[in-house]
Amino acid sequence: MTLLQISEPGRSPEPHQRRLAAGIDLGTTNSLVATVRSGGPVTLPDSAGHHLLPSVVHYRKGAPPLVGEEARRHLATDPQNTISSIKRMMGKGSADITGSGQRLPYRLVEGDSAVPRLHTAGGEFSAVEISAEILRALRRRAEQSLGGELYGVVITVPAYFDDAQRQATRDAARLAGLNVLRLLNEPTAAAVAYGLEQGAEGIYVVYDLGGGTFDVSLLRLSRGVFEVLATAGDTALGGDDMDLLVARWIMRQAGIGDDAGHHQLRRLLAAARGAKEGLTTAGSVSLEVELEGGGRWRGQLSRSRFEQLVEPLIKKTLAPCRRVLRDASVAADQVREVILVGGSTRAPLVQRLVGEFFGKEPLDGVDPDRVVAIGAAIQADILAGNKPDQEMLLLDVTPLSLGLETMGGLVEKVIPRNTPIPVSRAQEFTTYRDGQTAMAIHVLQGERELVSDCRSLGRFELRGIPPMVAGAARIRVTFQVDADGLLSVSAREETKGVEASIQVKPSYGLTDSEIEQMLKDSLAHASEDVAARTLREQQVEADRVLEALKTALDEDGESLLDSGERTAIEEAMEELRGAREGSDAREIKRAIKRLEQRSQAFAARRMDAGIKRALQGHALEEVAGPAGR
Amino acid sequence: MGISLTPAAAEHVRKFIAKRGKGIGLRLGVRTSGCSGMAYVLEFADQIESDDQVFEQHGVKVVVDPKSLLYLDGTEVDYAREGLNEGFRFNNPNVANQCGCGESFSV
Repeated sequence: MTLLQISEPGRSPEPHQRRLAAGIDLGTTNSLVATVRSGGPVTLPDSAGHHLLPSVVHYRKGAPPLVGEEARRHLATDPQNTISSIKRMMGKGSADITGSGQRLPYRLVEGDSAVPRLHTAGGEFSAVEISAEILRALRRRAEQSLGGELYGVVITVPAYFDDAQRQATRDAARLAGLNVLRLLNEPTAAAVAYGLEQGAEGIYVVYDLGGGTFDVSLLRLSRGVFEVLATAGDTALGGDDMDLLVARWIMRQAGIGDDAGHHQLRRLLAAARGAKEGLTTAGSVSLEVELEGGGRWRGQLSRSRFEQLVEPLIKKTLAPCRRVLRDASVAADQVREVILVGGSTRAPLVQRLVGEFFGKEPLDGVDPDRVVAIGAAIQADILAGNKPDQEMLLLDVTPLSLGLETMGGLVEKVIPRNTPIPVSRAQEFTTYRDGQTAMAIHVLQGERELVSDCRSLGRFELRGIPPMVAGAARIRVTFQVDADGLLSVSAREETKGVEASIQVKPSYGLTDSEIEQMLKDSLAHASEDVAARTLREQQVEADRVLEALKTALDEDGESLLDSGERTAIEEAMEELRGAREGSDAREIKRAIKRLEQRSQAFAARRMDAGIKRALQGHALEEVAGPAGR
Repeated sequence: MGISLTPAAAEHVRKFIAKRGKGIGLRLGVRTSGCSGMAYVLEFADQIESDDQVFEQHGVKVVVDPKSLLYLDGTEVDYAREGLNEGFRFNNPNVANQCGCGESFSV
């Protein structure tokens, strides 16, 4: 039986239609999955209550791989079959890896494949396949916790990831059976977790000190959109290095030599990590380490001694901080907020030194281990459509309006500019002529009212519309822009269900200055455009009325009208034709009104007579544009 | 009769409202849809309409519109855990049939 969650007002899902969404922080050292339930974002623990999943996969012969804590236990004993930090290999070619000078304990499969594969007891695997194992474990955890299949996920990636690395991440997700709603930059996710996109515009710094990597990013928020201005970091600097420094100190204190064995070193590192974590809140911690030759060493480590040990390391992170400021030409005092990410930022010394460097107290309200996953979960919840519209997170917008051509060369805007994407809007159109069986859909981009002043993005035709009187057909045209800015337009005739569609990339080939020019034009010509539109609308309406009436007269004029009545109508038609050629929209409108008044009795008689011949339609396939409804 | 919350359900509602930062209570309702005809509505309440009925349980306001109350009278809302999953469960004495999932029902 399903357990229900509390929805936002008016947002209760249809039964069996709940869109379960999750955010995934696919980290180098640890990964996390989070979701929004009953109004708030939470990270999801495993059955033992652990939220962090070590990003480690252990391959075995003849058995499925182990992932997470279970895999990490084999790291020391079976390094060749236990893969950690696979994120560093994502999207890299064999040449990148052998040429990087990185010492990897893994056996690379020899061969000419561009994608490096690792040889393990369980087979040969690429970085994408290994990452997919981690994602699969997170997917299982999420689906068990949420009681259903995931509709989609947002996965975070470092801001500096290039297209190949992003694509590799998407591929890994697909292999794991996940629908990626969007890849989100890690620093942006952290900012979203703090709700900064709803706050003041300006410059934000995200300082991310993880287990093995350090990244600092400078973001600019404007109109609710985060832009990454600069990134810098050190791929071999993190909390693990702090542990190492403390372990060395213990070795010196306890008189342990550099030739200490594997097990001794691991015990030392575990003790060091425990001490580091304890010193986040305590002023001093006691240490106890089993010695290899038997016996134990006991000691005390004070916070000030610990800070002396690690201070040089933390100071090393300030150089990249300086670099991002310089790269973006931003002064430290222009930074609005500093966000801390990564468990190592819990150390009070990190907070103090980072605070001093940027001249302000860093934000630390959200758990730094979970902040990225939480931001991703908030974003996933919105992309899955579970939030009311006014809380729609603005991450990207359509730069120009999107619409289609209607009769008379006019543009009907379907998605206005500055609409947050992804977005889907539908509008209903109808046929212009009796018996019209096809419709040309011309997709346009721009702010002007006339087709000739906008940019054409593509055309397609909807065929197979059943013949009906003009205005009776219902054609639903849907414009959809996905998170990557890809526009798809589809048209569907509602009675018979015939469909046609097209996909275009609206921003393709347009530079910022071209977009700006198009916007300027629209403002400069605004009143002119409105007048032109009104005139064209009345002209189109006049043509429609004249054509409909002509058809009616041809069919029933003889039988239903006497000659006096017919002349009166024809006079009014002539008058309208004259007005239509002029440029006075109001005059055309008046002429249409007069003609309608004079033909009212005729129309009523046609109805009364129950003549439905017009409904039989025409066999001729006529192509005309859609008419507004 | 009316609607009741178990202490566990009330505690979670309070926690969720606090985390959300706004809301005066919990809105319960039913609407037609789903495989067995009716579906539960479980939402945060930001306002109370004039014809709503309000039940106060363990310090939590439960808001129900009069039409929904016909189908919900006597219902107890509980908070339950099933493995890693957790959420609210409706024990509704009016239910004649429900689909296997418990998300929709008929009376």
